[in-house]
This record gives sequence, C-alpha cells and structure tokens, in this order.
Amino acid sequence: MPKSLRRIGSGERAIVTAVTAEGEVGRRLRDMGLSPGTEIKILGRAPLKDPVSIRLRNYTLTLRNSEADFIMVKKVG
Amino acid sequence: MATAIKWKIKPNPSTTIALAGNPNSGKTTLFNAITGARQHVGNYPGITVERKEGTINLKGVNVKLVDLPGTYSLSAYSQEELVARNFLVNEKPDIVIDIVDATMLERHLYLTIQFFELGIPVVLALNMMDDARKQGLRIDTGKLSRLLNCPVVETVARTGQGKNNLLQTAVKHTEDNLKTWTPLEITYGAELDLVLDEMTEIIQEQQFMVDRYPARWIALKYLENDAEIIRYGKLNGKVAEKLESIAEKTKEHCLRTLKVPPEAIIADYRYGLINSILKQNIIIQEKTRQERIDFTTKLDGLLVNRFIGPILMIAILYGMFQITFTVGEIPMNWLESFFGWISTTATRFIPEGLLQSLVVSGIIDGVGGVMGFVPLIAIMFLMISFLEDSGYMARVAYMLDRVLRIFGLHGYSAMPFIISGGIAGGCAVPGVMATRTLRSPKEKLATLLTAPFMPCGAKLPVFMLLVAAFFTEYKAQMMFSITLFAWVMALLVAKLVRSTIIKGESTPFIMELPPYRLPTLQGIFIHTWERTWQYIKKAGTVILAVSILLWAAMTFPGLPEQQVSQFETERIVILNTIQSDAERKQALININNHEGQTALRYSLAGKIGTSLEPISQWAGFDWRTNIALVGGFAAKEVIVSTFGTAYSLGDVDPEAADTLSSRIAADPSWNKFTALAMIVFVLLYAPCVVTVVAIAKESTWRWAIFATVFNTALGFGMAVAIYQIGTTLFT
Repeated sequence: MPKSLRRIGSGERAIVTAVTAEGEVGRRLRDMGLSPGTEIKILGRAPLKDPVSIRLRNYTLTLRNSEADFIMVKKVG
Repeated sequence: MATAIKWKIKPNPSTTIALAGNPNSGKTTLFNAITGARQHVGNYPGITVERKEGTINLKGVNVKLVDLPGTYSLSAYSQEELVARNFLVNEKPDIVIDIVDATMLERHLYLTIQFFELGIPVVLALNMMDDARKQGLRIDTGKLSRLLNCPVVETVARTGQGKNNLLQTAVKHTEDNLKTWTPLEITYGAELDLVLDEMTEIIQEQQFMVDRYPARWIALKYLENDAEIIRYGKLNGKVAEKLESIAEKTKEHCLRTLKVPPEAIIADYRYGLINSILKQNIIIQEKTRQERIDFTTKLDGLLVNRFIGPILMIAILYGMFQITFTVGEIPMNWLESFFGWISTTATRFIPEGLLQSLVVSGIIDGVGGVMGFVPLIAIMFLMISFLEDSGYMARVAYMLDRVLRIFGLHGYSAMPFIISGGIAGGCAVPGVMATRTLRSPKEKLATLLTAPFMPCGAKLPVFMLLVAAFFTEYKAQMMFSITLFAWVMALLVAKLVRSTIIKGESTPFIMELPPYRLPTLQGIFIHTWERTWQYIKKAGTVILAVSILLWAAMTFPGLPEQQVSQFETERIVILNTIQSDAERKQALININNHEGQTALRYSLAGKIGTSLEPISQWAGFDWRTNIALVGGFAAKEVIVSTFGTAYSLGDVDPEAADTLSSRIAADPSWNKFTALAMIVFVLLYAPCVVTVVAIAKESTWRWAIFATVFNTALGFGMAVAIYQIGTTLFT
C-alpha cells in the first residue's frame, strides 16, 4: 500500500512509486533523481523534525515534509 | 536516426571550452587546476550568476575556458540553469566538458543526456576517481565511452590528475566536430514520439527558431512546458500557438490515461536510458566494501544529529570567532605599528602645511585604518571558504530551514546571511548576490532587505575599535553578542516585512547535501584571496578617494585669519608668562588641541556634522561621529578612517603615540552607552552604496531606497532607545 514519504520513519527503506507534483516542484524532484522505481533510505530529520534527509542514487538529498507529501513510496524490508 | 546540424558561425581563431556539470562535481577545482594561478581569471558578477573565464595555450592553440554555474538539469528551473543553457545556445562553444562525479554516475548522467539531446559535442570527465576507488567502485570507462558515444576521461581534480589528457581529448574532439551538433534522439514511448515527430515537422517547415535550437529539442521543450522557450516562442510568430495547443492536448491525454504530465514521462525515459547503459556492467562494486558506511554518512550522524547537531553548529561558529580574534590580533598589531611608523616618517620628511596634513591625516591615517584590518578579514574569509568548500554550509541551511521558515525566510537564506557577515566578517555585496539561489521573489526580497544587518568586514573595525575602547575585557563575548543581535534583528524584521508588505507562501526546499571533502589549499586560497583582494582594492580606490574628499571637507574652509592670529597671540602669551617647562608644554598642547577642534568645527564637514547634532544627540552622537556616519554611507570602512582623521586633526600632540581607541576612550563625550548606541546604529543603518546598488540589481530601485530609509530609521530608533535608557538608568 503506497503512502507518502512523510510517513516513513528514520532508517527505513522504501521504493518510489510515483511523484505526484506538477510544475516546478515536480521538475526539481525529478531532476534530483526521484523517479518511480528509485530506492531510497531515510537518513534522519532536522532538529525541528523538518526537513527530512534521504539517501538515493548514492547521494544525500534533503527536502521539506511539504515536498515529501508529493512522493508516494512503498516500504521495503 | 540522428541528423547533424552545422551552425553557420565565423570560425574562431581560439577554441572555446565550456566546463559544465552538477554543483559539487569538482568543476571549479578542475577549472583552477587547469588555468592555475598563472592564468588570467576574469570575474563577471553581472546581474546573472557569475561565470569565470580563463585562457590557456595548448601547443600553440589558444583555448578559452568558461566555467559555467553548476546545474542539475537544463530545465531552466533556476537562474544558474538559465545562464548555463543560454551560454551554450547563444555563444555555441566548441565543446562542453561535462564533469561528473564518478561516485554518483546515475544522477550526474541526467544532465549529460540533456547535453546529448541538445547536440553539443561533449567530453565526459569522470571526476573524483579517487573517491570511487575508495568506495570500491570500478568503472569500465572504455565501455561507457562506447555506449554513450563520446570520449570519457578519468580525472582527479584535486590533484590535477588526468587534466592534460582531458584537454587534449577535448581539443581533438573539437577538431572532429567543427561547429557541428548531432542531437541525440531518445525514444519517449510510442505516443510521445508520434507527437514529437508531428511537432518537429511543423518546426522544420516553418523554420521556427531553428537558427538557435535543434528542431526536435524545441518540440521536447514544449512538451516539458519549459517557460523560457514558450515565452521566447511567442515572440516568433503564429507557430507558437499551434505548438502550445498540441502540447496542451498531449498533457491532457497523458494526465487522463497515465495520471502523470508529459514532463514526468520524459524524465522517466531519460533515467531509463541511463539505467539501461549502467546495467551493462559499467560499474562493478567490489564485494568486500559493499556494506562500507562511508565517511560522510558517519560524520552526518553527528553533525546533523537532531540533538547534537545544533550544539555543534553553535560551537563551530563560536570557535571561528575565537580563532579570528586571537590569531588575527597579532598581525593586526604589526600593521598598526607599521602605519604608525609610516605616519611618523612622513611627518618628519614632509614640511608642515597642507601637504603634510593631506598625506598624514588624509591618506595614511584614513587608508591605514582600513588596511590594518586586512589580516582579520582574510582569516574570516579563510574560514568561511573552508566551511563552504567542505560542504558544511549546506548542513547549516538544512538545520536552519525550519527556523528560518518561521520568520518567512528559507533554508537558502542562511548562505546570504553568513556571507554577508552572519559569522562576522563577510560582505553584503556577495551576500546580496547569493540570494539568487532563492526562487521565490518574496523570500528573496526579505533576505535582501535583512542580510545587510549582518556585521560585515567593513563594520567590524568600528566594533573592534569601540569594544577595545570600552569593553576591552569582554572582546570575544561582545563580538559574539553583536553577531547574535544582528541575527535576531534580521529575523524579526524579516518576519515583520513578510507579514505586512511582502506576504506570501513559502517555496520548496530541495537541496543536496554534498559529501564532506577536505577543501584543497589552492581552492581555499584562491577563494580567500579573491575576497580579501576586493577589500584591499576598495581600500586603495573608493576608500582612498572618500578619505581625501572627507579630509578636504574637514580642512576647508580654514579658520579666518583673525581667529588664527588670536590663537597665535595666546601662544606668545604662554611662552612669555609660564616659566616651568612642563607646564608650558601642557598649556601649548591645550591651545593646539583647542585650535584643531575649532578649525574642524569651522570646516564644511564640521558644519554638516554640527547641523545634524540636534537630532543625533538623542543617540549621544556628537558632530564628529556624524561626519563619520555620513561618510560611512559611501563605504562602512570610512567610519573608522574618518575617526582616524577627525581625531588626528583635532589632536596634534606629536608625542601622543597612543592608538585611536585609547583616544576615543579618553574623550569625555564618549561613554559605554554612546558606544553601544553607535554599535547598534552602525550595525543596522543604511547599507553602503555598493550594497544598495546590488540590492537594486537583484530587485528594484524602489526596494533599494526602501532598505536605505527603513534601515536608517530602525537603526536610529534603536540607538536612541539604548542611549536614553542606558544613561537614565545607570548614570
């Protein structure tokens, strides 16, 4: 059952199923390598629980929870 | 299937190579390694993001290297991307060296694919090969080159390894593809391909913008909903409408059947292509190191830890203070005595009169006062460069984003604040320019208006002077508090403007945390030197000019004949009446001081300063301070140099080898609260002229004028409050 990236806890792994954002946010997310099928791992969250930092394609990306809402994922493991 | 386009451009005697790649791919390091210190490096800090150029001579061929801003894509999402894309399309360089990080090939090739689609000849520099080997990655370069159909060269930019091979390959590849672009045509699935063919045909038939871009590329940009191309297309006739309507129809169709817009499908196919290439055993991960947790992840576990991270951040920033002010003091003292010695020497060799006054009081004291702070500024810039180059600055943005958002700002505001002097000793001009990374005009404006509050390198001398004079036992603590106060004011004012005159939603925060890297010495020194040199150059030009101007304003008009002779008479009386040597000397000094002060007050600057006194006295500022503050609008450095001039003109005791700060401390018109009010006013009041121009360039003149007026009013209000409350309660 896919759910938004916001709901995934630190240290967990997931696979992107869809990026539902359009326009600039969508474009930037895709430019940064978030496309369906990509495996990601949640590294942690900033001091006030936002933004979130994730690992994908062998690098680290950070984004806010409000952007994470656009990323639908399926938990693995 | 690919067709070559030969651009009709006059052959250039030199070869132009563009360096492009993702941010943090080692592009600038490679640029520095190739051009080195012996080459001319030009800075172009125009209204767009700066781009660097350098020329080298390679076996008789003149090669011009252009370092483009780092970009993730050519989608014209940000200023940087637009600058890079426009350079490639408008100036059509002979070749692009695309620098990719070998450890993140998957993501970096996304940009490479877009170069291929544009058709420009590309040589791939597989950088950070040392890191890749450390991570146990082996890359089949030959196979990658065959599959991508472009030369691939392994490099290690930090050590310069592979750079000669890279250049030779690039020059050779240029000769093989003289001004000829061969756009790669990727398949985007049966449906989109059909639409693309239809659009390409129209574009070809109507010759729509094909003098600038490849036809299929234009069609692709319409499907990707590229704002820049659509805007530019509208200026080029009716065809644009037709293309727009096809793109719109395709979008509706895709959303209905696949629930995603065409641009998402296009991106998926690009990643698909990359995966299909990399899957062919291009990267071999050595088994023994597969589970190796890399250094960056380990360090981030500590540095961006939710609890320890912020504590370490404050500790690091405070540590930078301590280092700057303890280490910086030593060379500062040397320079101070050096300028003191020059001053004494000049006094001895130049006969007394206007020329001596100009050289000693105007030029040496003015410029010397500013130059004395060069070591301090250099050390600060050195540490800021270290933080930037090591990758820590991105972590600061990440940790501060949530906090900054409360005040209507953005994680990306952290960088402009820090460069402007957020950890004391930056410059608001590059700080204001750094706001370009902010996408939303509202967050950008709020950052623009508040970044000049930071204690920049030019304000530091004023604070150092006053702290040394009145709070000498708490030097580091005072400087740290001033910086904290600047942040608090910046945040509060940002919140104020974001909830009144520039209301609006916040924009997305999507940022890479680059791997930690030990910065190269060369990189840090070039960075530090460029910024320090700006400061020195300013001291030698603007500040020299303003110093001379202010000296003239403080010297002319001279006292009327009658008053001069009156002082002369008083001196004769003293010489004739007082017998004791010591007493006579003291009396003469008093007379000289009195004459100097009277003359200064009588001068043009003195009159201006005096005319402002009725207002400025509310904050405890006397007419001499007013002169310095008015001069400070030209450049904040001038404040200290004007003090230097004002106090040396007013005090002509040749045996007083004391420093400016002790002179101010001894002056009866100063006390702790005057000093505090002055510190706060200097921190907040109108940005210097250069910054105002930079703000106008980044926004509009209306906002630049707003910043000038608003900041001055705010600064004065705070200064009055501090002075009035302080003197009423504590004296």
